[in-house]
Amino acid sequence: MAAKKNGPVIALGAVLAAGLAAPLVTGSPLGFYLEVLIGGLMAGVLYSLVALGFVLIFKASGVFNFAQGAMVLFAALALARLAEWLPAWIGIPAGFPALTLAFVLAAGIMVGLAWVIERIVLRPLVAQDPVALLMATLGVTFFLDGFGQTIWGSDIYKIDLGISKDPTMILESMFQGGILVSKEDLIAAVIAAGLVILLALFFQKTATGRALRAVADDHQAAQSIGIPLNRIWVIVWAVAGFVALVAGMVWGAKLGVQFSLAQLALKALPVVILGGFTSIPGAIIGGLIIGVGEKMAEVFLGPPLVKMWDLAGGGIENWFAYVLALLFLMVRPEGLFGEKHIDRV
Amino acid sequence: MFYRENGQFKSSYREDQQILGIRQDRWFIFGLIAFAFLVVPFVASDYMFRAILIPFLIVSLAAIGLNLLVGYCGQISLGHAAFMAIGAYAAYNLVVRFPQLNFLLVLVLAGLIAAGVGILFGLPSLQIKGLYLGVATLAAQFFIDWVFARVKWFTNYSPSGSVSTAPIELFGYKFDSPVERYVLVLAVVIVFALMAKNLVRGHIGRSWMAMRDMDVAAEVIGIRPMYAKLSAFAVSAFYAGVAGALWGFVHLGSWEPAAFSINFSLNLLFMIIIGGMGSILGSFIGAAFIVLLPITLNQVLPPLGALVGMNFGTAMASHLEFMIFGALIIFFLIVEPLGIARLWAIGKEKLRLWPFPH
Repeated sequence: MAAKKNGPVIALGAVLAAGLAAPLVTGSPLGFYLEVLIGGLMAGVLYSLVALGFVLIFKASGVFNFAQGAMVLFAALALARLAEWLPAWIGIPAGFPALTLAFVLAAGIMVGLAWVIERIVLRPLVAQDPVALLMATLGVTFFLDGFGQTIWGSDIYKIDLGISKDPTMILESMFQGGILVSKEDLIAAVIAAGLVILLALFFQKTATGRALRAVADDHQAAQSIGIPLNRIWVIVWAVAGFVALVAGMVWGAKLGVQFSLAQLALKALPVVILGGFTSIPGAIIGGLIIGVGEKMAEVFLGPPLVKMWDLAGGGIENWFAYVLALLFLMVRPEGLFGEKHIDRV
Repeated sequence: MFYRENGQFKSSYREDQQILGIRQDRWFIFGLIAFAFLVVPFVASDYMFRAILIPFLIVSLAAIGLNLLVGYCGQISLGHAAFMAIGAYAAYNLVVRFPQLNFLLVLVLAGLIAAGVGILFGLPSLQIKGLYLGVATLAAQFFIDWVFARVKWFTNYSPSGSVSTAPIELFGYKFDSPVERYVLVLAVVIVFALMAKNLVRGHIGRSWMAMRDMDVAAEVIGIRPMYAKLSAFAVSAFYAGVAGALWGFVHLGSWEPAAFSINFSLNLLFMIIIGGMGSILGSFIGAAFIVLLPITLNQVLPPLGALVGMNFGTAMASHLEFMIFGALIIFFLIVEPLGIARLWAIGKEKLRLWPFPH
């Protein structure tokens, strides 16, 4: 039985691995290949950050939070604009001090937002059909998109983390031409890793974290031993808001804070499908797979496809993640690390 | 007092089964249709036709399609605009490649092609449901967007990637002016709405509702889930395809793939949430709401803003529109999950008894 079930997964994995190795076989320069790989991993880290927020909320409250992308945008806008305004308001020096204070304030705003969402949206809809909850988060998405741009403005803003954007050469001795790596990307990866460690510590070592895990395991059992579900939901949405803030900061520093951030964050959906809805490691690994997969597809699969069918340009990136997730759903609906139980019809 | 069915007896099975069982309903609906055909074409302005009436009718049709899937069969779709795109591009290619085809036939064929694609992307619904299906339909949305943007064959190798259509000709008559196009769309929409109403009353609609309410129970009483779900996807995509073809040919005239983006899909979903899930009438109400709200806001906000000394630009109006949409969705999901159509039904119930409380 197990072998039968794993067959398609292994086949899909083999196809992906073959796809991953194919450029090397067909003679792409190793240095360039590694550059693409690293670029994909970096993008994957960013997807993972958004997917983490999804998984946290889904685990604790069973809500599929479509609004995570909107939260990322909202948090990033708050951070960028506060960092811009604070020096004028209270006279602290612009740059790092203002950014730090803005980060703290933005985190506070996200916690407040979590409280409001729990109060106004989730509590009246408790125990509703998951699809109704999904639609409610769609409503939250639209509200946040409009609200964020109303109060924070709708231009493109910069978040300056004070890191140079110049790429550095590494491993020059090993490959001809070396590998170009952006320092910013490396810092982003470090921040993401730090966040994951922080979350792991929070979940394993603190009483609140244990309560969160208990709720994620079994709502009713958790409630029966006296864990207040409502407060847990506020906390988990606040944590997701904090994760969104970090994701928004890293993305905003890389791409600028703008409306497209919310759309890009939709990519976290295929990531959680791939990794499993309830698995934090799944979110990370799923994000990396999606990030690498779509960069590889864009760079190495795109041009031959364009040539073969005479397409008007590549852009495989736009759908690769979704179609991969779709294929994955067919062979293993629970994702790589998700809980086995799935409602089948 | 006025809306009461005293004395209206049903003496045959046919009478008992008719869609509008109460005489007043019948008069109202026939009056409305007569008004739409006979009065509106003479009184409404060109702007009314182009900006409000034609888009309203077409998106109503698309919303009916989505409602059949989401409201009646309980399968979520976040990518319905993609099926509209299929219909629009299928119609375009049919017209370009077979110019002698009758436009009504093109509409039906475009719908059938969309239905085929709908079945294809409905296949995951046999394995998974709810949230997972949402992602599968998102895949359809992004993949189909990409196909029409990149594969040149579909746009007949147009250099800009956008396509444009000639005015519609039917039986030698050109539908050129907004009024003529309005009448054409109105006729098509009424026919398809009537079909949808009958579908959901019949065997197939009941099997969809059984799937929605409890899939396992439905299977136990002998409804084939595969047949029910895929037929819902097919019919729903058919309606979306016809609506998409109309949207492209009658409303836009020339369009590019971005015309059928994910935002369109989400708007369709909002229409049926606000209008009423599982209600044909609700699809119309929701479509009217979503079409009218931005226009109203654009008209009302600037003077209102001037009153309180604020300057609302168009950007501000669009942000407020987002906020109001979002807030309304949440409001309706919490307060009246069955939408405005349900309020309408409650109102009618009250009216039957008025002026007495019960």
